[in-house]
Amino acid sequence: MKQQQLHWYDRLWIVTPIYLGLGCFNILFAWVGMIFFCLPLLIAIFGGGKLYCNRYCDRGQFFSLLGGRLKLSRNYPTPRWMRSNVFRYGFLIFFFIMFFQMLFVTVLVGSGARDLSQFVTLLWTFRVPWHWAYHGTLFAPWVAQFAFGFYSIMLTSTVIGLIVMVLFKPRSWCVFCPMGTMTQLISRLRAGKSEPCTGNCVCCNEGDHHAG
Amino acid sequence: MASKNRAHVGQYCVACGCCVKVCPIGAISVWKGVKAVVDTLRCVGCGRCANECPAGTIEMIPREVVQ
Repeated sequence: MKQQQLHWYDRLWIVTPIYLGLGCFNILFAWVGMIFFCLPLLIAIFGGGKLYCNRYCDRGQFFSLLGGRLKLSRNYPTPRWMRSNVFRYGFLIFFFIMFFQMLFVTVLVGSGARDLSQFVTLLWTFRVPWHWAYHGTLFAPWVAQFAFGFYSIMLTSTVIGLIVMVLFKPRSWCVFCPMGTMTQLISRLRAGKSEPCTGNCVCCNEGDHHAG
Repeated sequence: MASKNRAHVGQYCVACGCCVKVCPIGAISVWKGVKAVVDTLRCVGCGRCANECPAGTIEMIPREVVQ
């Protein structure tokens, strides 16, 4: 049997509550979230595949902890429609549209066409007052606007992840996580036409059968 | 130790790696970030991966069946 050895990266779940907690005190901490946004993409682009999801994703570990070890998940199968490519890529496109809308608002604030909005938009709909986390900044107002927008995205995805964690499997969020879908897409493009070894043969142990 | 069943990863794998973490003998790996791959020679057919898979794409199939 494989020894289940704990590594430093197995404790990264703590990053999620710390990140969300810091955002309650000072919204500018939301900028730290860019790491969770850029790192998976960079790893996938440079050939690391989904190493971020598999090993370093704090949110996935957080859901595993709550739904698995703390048994807050019903552990029901994720609905078929939620696992479908239509939903996964549809959610990715929707996520992108909302992300660019957030960037557009940031540009408007930066150009002075719009005032800074000191609230967090939960589930892309509900405006939650968040002014207590803004204490003025030495930076331009658009820096704070981006922080509010980015924190909205992070909080929204966490809330959705928690809901599907309770209703279905602990890591049901991973099925349609936009970052996971994007990194898998990049990995697919990098893999090209090569196919993994199905394991039904003993001709190789490399797991790398090449088609064509 | 060997079971008459083995794990089989379907086409809807999202390569999240949940199965890798729960496999007691390390028979599963994520291939190039594209999908999980089961080393069928090592798989003991315990079914933990199938139970863990959030995409529900891992199923236990009889060893005789060649996909």
